[in-house]
Amino acid sequence: MDFISRGFRGRPREQAPAGRLPPGQYMVRDFPVLSAGPTPHTPLSRWTFSITGEIDEPRQWTWEQFRALPTETITKDIHCVTKWSKFDTVWEGVSVDTLLDGVDTTAEYVLAFSDGGYTTNIPLQDLTEGKAWVAFAFGGEPLEPEHGGPARLLVPHLYFWKSAKWVRGLRLMSENSPGFWETYGYHDYGDPWREQRYSGD
Amino acid sequence: MDESQLRLDGNAAAGILREVFAMDVSGAQEACASCGTIGWMGAQHLYMYPLAPGAVVRCSTCGDVLMVLVRGGGRYRLALPGLRWLEMREPVQAPPET
Ligand SMILES: [Zn+2]
Repeated sequence: MDFISRGFRGRPREQAPAGRLPPGQYMVRDFPVLSAGPTPHTPLSRWTFSITGEIDEPRQWTWEQFRALPTETITKDIHCVTKWSKFDTVWEGVSVDTLLDGVDTTAEYVLAFSDGGYTTNIPLQDLTEGKAWVAFAFGGEPLEPEHGGPARLLVPHLYFWKSAKWVRGLRLMSENSPGFWETYGYHDYGDPWREQRYSGD
Repeated sequence: MDESQLRLDGNAAAGILREVFAMDVSGAQEACASCGTIGWMGAQHLYMYPLAPGAVVRCSTCGDVLMVLVRGGGRYRLALPGLRWLEMREPVQAPPET
């Protein structure tokens, strides 16, 4: 099994506007699909979104309740750790500030958890003050399952593995705890501008 | 008896580990720690670059993660979170010339 070939190349690389590409990245126009497992197909009737962990009253929304929350349209550049970046992606989602509104917590860390068992850890302050969303639409269309639909986390200022596909909730934690890729060798924080790809970078 | 006399330094396993890690793992048999199914590594499901930031082998019966390998930053990190065991055939020695 050739586990680790990095020989893959897409189309010829286009020149990106200066200052907009983090170090080591190249620009794409398509939207590559990355996945560490099969695509879950949870029916909306069984979908919920939860806030659990260090919180007095855990919160949970059904799909209808979630979609009744105020939404925002977000236009951001995204940066995948496999080195592609995509500019001006347009999403619609619910701000994490809305989901955490009024929550009193001593937690400083979050573990996002998804259908299929995927997890990723993020400091709580990287999810608040307009920095993260739970997105349910991309490019004006419902988010396709391959791209994380019905809903994915969107944390565009970090490498895109932090934007967990098929997200089902956030666990508030007082201690940091690595998620899936963070356990297996990727960076704990993942800032593309500091090229924090791998553990120890 | 002193416990430390019963064990060796991990370096002492270097020889046999070198034998095992040189083998073709796709031809190995494995048992999934989650569902217990025994199968061939090469028949399990692999998600890998460029479709994933690392190689993830999942049990083709239950979908749980058997093995993850990430190469980057000048290192390989290998994890076997879902393998109960992995079994490789000892290479057959050529019979001596007569
Ligand atoms: Zn299994």
